[in-house]
Amino acid sequence: MADADLIVIGCGPAGMAAAIQASSLGLSVILLDEQDSAGGQIYRAVEESGEAKAKVLGKDYVIGARLTEGLQDGKIQRIKGSVVWHMGDDGTVSYKKDGNSLVARGGRVLIATGALERSMPIPGWTLPGVMTAGAAQILLKQSGLVFKDAVIAGSGPLLYLVAAQMCRAGTPPKALVETQSAADFMASQRFVFGAIRGWKYLAKGLGLLLELQRAKVKRCKSATRLHIDGKDHATALSFVAGGREHQVACSTVLLHHGVVPNTQASRSLGIEHRWNHLQRSFDPVKDEWGQTSKEVYFIAGDGGGIGGAQAAECSGSLASIQVAFQLGRISRAERDSRAKQKKARLDRELAARPFIDRAYPPFRQALSPADETIICRCEEVTAGDIRRYAQIGCLGPNQTKAFGRCGMGPCQGRYCGLSVTELLAEANQTDHDAVGYYRIRAPLKPISLGELASLTETKKDSAS
Amino acid sequence: MKPASHISRIDNGIETVAVTIFGSEYDMPAGRNLAGEMIAAGITPFRHTPVSGAPRDAYCMMGACFDCLVEVEGENRQACMMRVAEGLVVNRPSIQDPTDG
Repeated sequence: MADADLIVIGCGPAGMAAAIQASSLGLSVILLDEQDSAGGQIYRAVEESGEAKAKVLGKDYVIGARLTEGLQDGKIQRIKGSVVWHMGDDGTVSYKKDGNSLVARGGRVLIATGALERSMPIPGWTLPGVMTAGAAQILLKQSGLVFKDAVIAGSGPLLYLVAAQMCRAGTPPKALVETQSAADFMASQRFVFGAIRGWKYLAKGLGLLLELQRAKVKRCKSATRLHIDGKDHATALSFVAGGREHQVACSTVLLHHGVVPNTQASRSLGIEHRWNHLQRSFDPVKDEWGQTSKEVYFIAGDGGGIGGAQAAECSGSLASIQVAFQLGRISRAERDSRAKQKKARLDRELAARPFIDRAYPPFRQALSPADETIICRCEEVTAGDIRRYAQIGCLGPNQTKAFGRCGMGPCQGRYCGLSVTELLAEANQTDHDAVGYYRIRAPLKPISLGELASLTETKKDSAS
Repeated sequence: MKPASHISRIDNGIETVAVTIFGSEYDMPAGRNLAGEMIAAGITPFRHTPVSGAPRDAYCMMGACFDCLVEVEGENRQACMMRVAEGLVVNRPSIQDPTDG
């Protein structure tokens, strides 16, 4: 017997929307989240944000509170600080909380574990003082902290948002170093008409650029050969742009060149994944409702393919509508009528993606870094090491583990997996699907023997 | 507490508690993210890698990269997944020989 009709893993926009939708259709819901405040990364700590923070972060952040308030319906069993480490084909989810391990079984399980920032391996990226741009945003959202002496580098609309937020906080970045080229911009133009249905995103982007212009933020475009200088801490970002070398002194470098689905959970279930050539990442295979080849498991939000927060919300609701239909709570006609509007909105939210993905591709030199660049941060394996493994016959990512422990550290390949796939595909002249990805196994997060030994069933009163 | 010179705080006036980090005492805002407050206090590095001994600080701030590992009550914990609490004692993770076990 299931503990809940639906277990939702992750409390970002997809997970929250799914839980609220499912609960409103009469399904019992357990919502597991490893953070102790709702919102995921995009709406992180939105419940704790005061006026000062709201002003800096803007309207698109504050609207997240609409979802966190929706969780307070008294029926959703939300278990904060719960770290999922195993999922079984039958819908059994094992998680740890406060030093104990617990198990819950769902009639259906929705994986809403979101995205990770794409690794940006450039020389010096492991130095203290180097973080992802998303990490800087988390510091701002959760802790109200803003770097005063930072350079932002990479590509993508998030860079403009982070830079604008820093300007609003009174500490503009020292420079915004962008890696996308004029050719990328030209390639994107063919898709600008398609993006008009997603005009909101285009208007927002232009608004942010205006803000940066007004704050006189130094912008460098088409930058190449990025590297971070420093011995024990970042001291500068160096790069080439406009045919000459530049060096911007700074104590913080914020890197970002897109986000990719976090597929650790779906990989561990053996769900099929396919290479997405445009977004250069693996997407799990699912149907229009988010259901995977494992009947019990659905995927919604960025973890199923990058679409952003609004799209995530739609896909979360759609998954729950289908679950309610499959569990016999609503008729096919009711499902279809409830889904119609959500599907139309999802379409609109995704309309600007083909344009955005082409205008802001990943930084090429970080997809195929120089030999001495570290790829696996945990085990300190370099791009040259991976190329050498390929030369002596290494075909797939799982073999790189045996060759040199790549992907075997505590992050379990989260930040080197796609780099290894790219490097092996290039070195062996094969396509990315043929190269594949690490085989991901439980435990999905480190668990102590004590936690494992304490395994018990989830009780109705364990929510907090 | 007043942040280090490289970072500023947009919301002040939070009650602080005493914590011990890497052997030194600090007053930090109660309930705030531990990794965030360590960065705000200018504490660097968080740890040294077991492979080459290279210095590392928090990188992803969302519990995925494990670069912010610190030792609390004998266990390796992600500082970005912890909150500041009265009397918290944080040490650098002890480096084990990677060829061991």
